[in-house]
Amino acid sequence: MKKQATREAYGKALLELGKQHQDIVVLDADLSKSTKTAEFARVFPERFINAGIAEQNMMGMSAGLAAAGKTVFASTFAVFAAGRAFEQIRNSIAYAALDVKICATHAGITVGEDGGSHQSVEDIALMRIIPGMRVVVPADGPSTGQLLEQLYHRKGPAYLRLGRLAVDQVYAEDNKLELDRGVELKIGTEATIVACGIMVDRAIQAWELLSREGISVSVVDMHTIKPLDQELLIKKAKETGAILTVEEHSIIGGLGSAVCEIVSEYYPVPVLRMGIKDQFGQSGRPEELLQHYGLGVEDIVQKVRNLLEIK
Amino acid sequence: MREINDRAVLQVKEKALAIRRHIVTMLSAAGSGHTGGSLSASDIVACLYFWEMNLDPANPDWENRDRFVLSKGHAAPVLYAALAERGFFPTEQLMTLRKLGSPLQGHPDMRKLAGVEASTGSLGQGISWAVGMALAGKIDKKPHRVYVMVGDGELEEGMVWEASMAAAHYKLDNLLLFVDHNGLQIDGKISEVLSPEPISDKFRAFGWHVIEVDGHHIPDIMEALNQARRVKGQPVVIVAATTKGKGCSFMEDRVEWHGTAPNREEMDKALAELV
Ligand SMILES: Cc1ncc(C[n+]2csc(CCOP(=O)(O)OP(=O)(O)O)c2C)c(N)n1
Ligand SMILES: [Mg+2]
Repeated sequence: MKKQATREAYGKALLELGKQHQDIVVLDADLSKSTKTAEFARVFPERFINAGIAEQNMMGMSAGLAAAGKTVFASTFAVFAAGRAFEQIRNSIAYAALDVKICATHAGITVGEDGGSHQSVEDIALMRIIPGMRVVVPADGPSTGQLLEQLYHRKGPAYLRLGRLAVDQVYAEDNKLELDRGVELKIGTEATIVACGIMVDRAIQAWELLSREGISVSVVDMHTIKPLDQELLIKKAKETGAILTVEEHSIIGGLGSAVCEIVSEYYPVPVLRMGIKDQFGQSGRPEELLQHYGLGVEDIVQKVRNLLEIK
Repeated sequence: MREINDRAVLQVKEKALAIRRHIVTMLSAAGSGHTGGSLSASDIVACLYFWEMNLDPANPDWENRDRFVLSKGHAAPVLYAALAERGFFPTEQLMTLRKLGSPLQGHPDMRKLAGVEASTGSLGQGISWAVGMALAGKIDKKPHRVYVMVGDGELEEGMVWEASMAAAHYKLDNLLLFVDHNGLQIDGKISEVLSPEPISDKFRAFGWHVIEVDGHHIPDIMEALNQARRVKGQPVVIVAATTKGKGCSFMEDRVEWHGTAPNREEMDKALAELV
């Protein structure tokens, strides 16, 4: 299976969508080669707008374009989208419930060598808290394509979180993934690992190691963090009685928090959260950083053991 | 006012060359990073660190030191090379650039490396930071000066103009801005992506004293720096015409060298030219 970054899959899927739908306009902020909107720009120059290094203006222009009937896809790095332009997203895009899909790449610590200033570990939290904002974090290339297509048909603002690092495929090209519906990738009885983004593949690897130890766990890909698939989550809480969340994001405000909010209200079971522990990232190779910040496959295995002890 | 003489010019030239050699070498060792914009800024940074600024490498926190903020933080290698050459840390440490645990982060981190005055990397923010430092200098009636460098693509950030308005409003004649005008950003020429031109006229309209120089001509940069010291009651911007990748013929004015590090072969080729 070939490795592919979710940003690569985004660029390809965006081009295909652009061929089918004339109302699509794409914006970027001088990062089109990195975010992979460059291909769309080459084929549809009249529907591509480079905002230059001006993310706030890009979000404001996106709102205006959407208000005029366009379906807008706006891309830059996650830290400059969710961070720099937060208030434009909140007040111009979300408050007006406009059809702007913010497709942010280079999320999380696997940005690597560029370092902490460029590694967004807060963007899920920032976007999730905005009323009406859908938040989607695909695990691999094929699911990115599938979810992007569905996002086009779902009116309203959305935040699609994409990565720089090439990752293994979790899904087949012809997967039947559905927006807003989590996926039970593995079914086990003792605990449930709920993961998103590039951590889904690692959760599956951990599941394999745990299986060999005779520990039976479920693995859920919670690609849509908002609206969260409550039904599936409560079902897994009932069936397995313990949950571990795994994300390449701060343990504050992201997937782990979203899961805790639902589980504590509807069916309290022990939940442990894995993610970046309230700190900034730094320069390093992506794999090295995942190990350094405790997001290795072994770390997940160990955390499941801890979870079973307190269950 | 500093004296401009042959000896000083020669010394700065030698340092600029040493800085360029370090840039190419450390980026090659790192395997990633921003080569073009580090090389375009080398002559200006050499003038600042080896002629213009009052600094004490043995006492990096000396309160009357001049400050330099690299707002275009992706050009971190030029800053690191200058700091190492100036004696803030051993030059061998340059080879740890971008490696896990190194104080030489991909973008400058003031909490990790002595001599770095501001944590930058998010374009547009360093200039506001420098305005803040210059305001503090005024409040405390300190003699030191604050220097800041932005890229010409960086001028597209609205924040740059908010900072510029503030600097003129508060009459910050202790602030000196360099625009590294190399004509390129990531997606192409600044004139094609989103033109910030006419740059000098914009700054003039914002209340700044504008000086235009060739950013690779060391005596001219020195002359501009001396001229800037004589300006009272307004901030000064030096719009420096530069070439991205300057010094390595195969990188010069080529957009693909913005965020690419030279491999071994390319490094050798570059070092052969940098003599
Ligand atoms: C706020 C922000 N947006 C985007 C980036 C990504 N980025 C890094 S360098 C760069 C281009 C900078 O061009 P310019 O200012 O002309 O720098 P130079 O040519 O001197 O390298 C961009 C868009 C960033 N670092 N910060
Ligand atoms: Mg430039």
